[in-house]
Amino acid sequence: MNILKNISIEELKQKAAELRQTVLTMIYEAQSGHPGGSFSAADVVTALYFKETNIDPKNPRWEDRDRFVLSKGHACPAQYAALAMLGYVPYETIHKLREYGSPFQGHPDMKKCPGIDISTGSLGQGLSCGVGMAIAGKIDEKNYRVFVMVGDGECNEGQIWEAVQTAAKYKLDNLVVFVDNNGLQLDGTTDEIMPTQDFEDKFRAFGFETQRIDGHSMEQIVSVLDFVRGQKNGKPKCIVLDTVKGKGVSFMENKCNWHGVAPNDEEYEQAMKELRASVQ
Amino acid sequence: MSVKKDDMKKIATRQGFGDEIVKLGKENKNIMVLDIDIGKSCKTTEFQKQLPKQHINVGIAEQNGAGVAAGLATTGKIPFISTYAVFGSLRMAEQIRQEICYPNLNVKIACSHGGLTPANDGGSHQGIEDMGVLRTIPNMTVVMGADYYSTRKLVRQAAEIYGPVYLRFTRDAVPVIYDEDEEFVIGKAKELKQGKDVAIIANGDTVCLAIEAANQLEEEGVSVKLLDMHTIKPLDKQAVLDCVDIGRIITVEDHNVINGLGSAVCEVVAEAGKGKVRRIGIQDQFGQSAPYEKLLELNGITVENIIMNAKQLL
Repeated sequence: MNILKNISIEELKQKAAELRQTVLTMIYEAQSGHPGGSFSAADVVTALYFKETNIDPKNPRWEDRDRFVLSKGHACPAQYAALAMLGYVPYETIHKLREYGSPFQGHPDMKKCPGIDISTGSLGQGLSCGVGMAIAGKIDEKNYRVFVMVGDGECNEGQIWEAVQTAAKYKLDNLVVFVDNNGLQLDGTTDEIMPTQDFEDKFRAFGFETQRIDGHSMEQIVSVLDFVRGQKNGKPKCIVLDTVKGKGVSFMENKCNWHGVAPNDEEYEQAMKELRASVQ
Repeated sequence: MSVKKDDMKKIATRQGFGDEIVKLGKENKNIMVLDIDIGKSCKTTEFQKQLPKQHINVGIAEQNGAGVAAGLATTGKIPFISTYAVFGSLRMAEQIRQEICYPNLNVKIACSHGGLTPANDGGSHQGIEDMGVLRTIPNMTVVMGADYYSTRKLVRQAAEIYGPVYLRFTRDAVPVIYDEDEEFVIGKAKELKQGKDVAIIANGDTVCLAIEAANQLEEEGVSVKLLDMHTIKPLDKQAVLDCVDIGRIITVEDHNVINGLGSAVCEVVAEAGKGKVRRIGIQDQFGQSAPYEKLLELNGITVENIIMNAKQLL
């Protein structure tokens, strides 16, 4: 049974803006981290944590919970912000990103941070773990679902496609894969580094049911989540998110250089101003 | 402690895994086998037949297999990944590190075709670096039983302890050394002989050679201490230190002499600051298709070489 939170699209947009500000503050204070990919993932992460997933921050290891695997682990500031806002950890933890002993390690660490369902950080591996969780759910006849977010660049990794085959074989309709299709990877655009082709075509060819949406439209995100929730048809789901790396901060948007760089004082002030203004 | 004669029956230790895992699976429904399309060869067919709901096969995709096992383990399952040593260590090495050992998940990696035992298959299939590679990853336990019965007991123990365990088996048949009811503890050496002149520390399929060498040495009046060091990590340091008191140690293994049992023993001996060690094992070279005994001989993993080294140390 899914306990959907009663939250409006407007409220979700507010949450997403708050989440982005938290992300920015974390990375600014740590002077380290990955703002670009965190911002492209931020809207879906918000919708999952504040509306869609059946979770209990007071009982992070609850066995019937929905799982979320951030396979593109470097975008963890987005996930950390959600965990802090929901009370998985004290909110002040946002001031300890990448610090010694912090639950908020440079990449997600399930041993140190409540609410992290699997440690990730080495690209291409999280989807396999999500497939394992979904298979276990089928075997144990549980109703939980598994949401996995992969990056478009991450799909360069062959292991992604090994995992995709396995998801189709075991008819994992309890698995939803989001592709954060922001078109940029560390060294350049996906077209320059490794052209992705059409993700929908690829996932469909492997036996997935696919949808493609604007990954920054809360209306479209909520609507696609409503749609896939009812699709218990033996097919794993893939939602391709057309996104913008650095979304929400004008000077970071679509800039490869903002993959893994922290803002300086002026940039931080300017970015916070833009993010605050976005929800007036 | 009874040590049987080497003319006893021979069984491949992969069969020990195949038999014990069925028993374990029936006792605990959380025990699963994750095959990588070599189930027939790794002796998991019976498990699949009898416990189909606890079995999955991810096809020829080791890296994914390691990740799927990790995901299963987060839900309380105890997956045994079943493959060959060369793939179950190197092909999925980074996945083992990132998704199994780093989060310290309860995944077991059960590998047939350890060392030179897939002799006919050639160098590509002889896993000679596996135990050494995995020994360097935190949280990992590394085990190889010497015969069918000890393998069964060690597989059972691996299922009972929490955390990642690498289990290595022989492809080919090796002599049965132990009685069916002999007990084994992971991390604790099995002392087969007490002695005071020279210590031989062996593991896996070389234990039977070490027993033969020790018997011959004893006939010549040499007192031999003999250990079956089935677990190279965590190493039974006290057992090694007891050998340091003797001062003359020979290690024997079907593994590269770099970073396997011999290296692990040397680390303890060097830190103790006394004692001499001779390492017998694969001489940092790849194998080829050949009879198993021929491959052992090419690397000096023979009864005669153990005896010769013992005499040189005395």
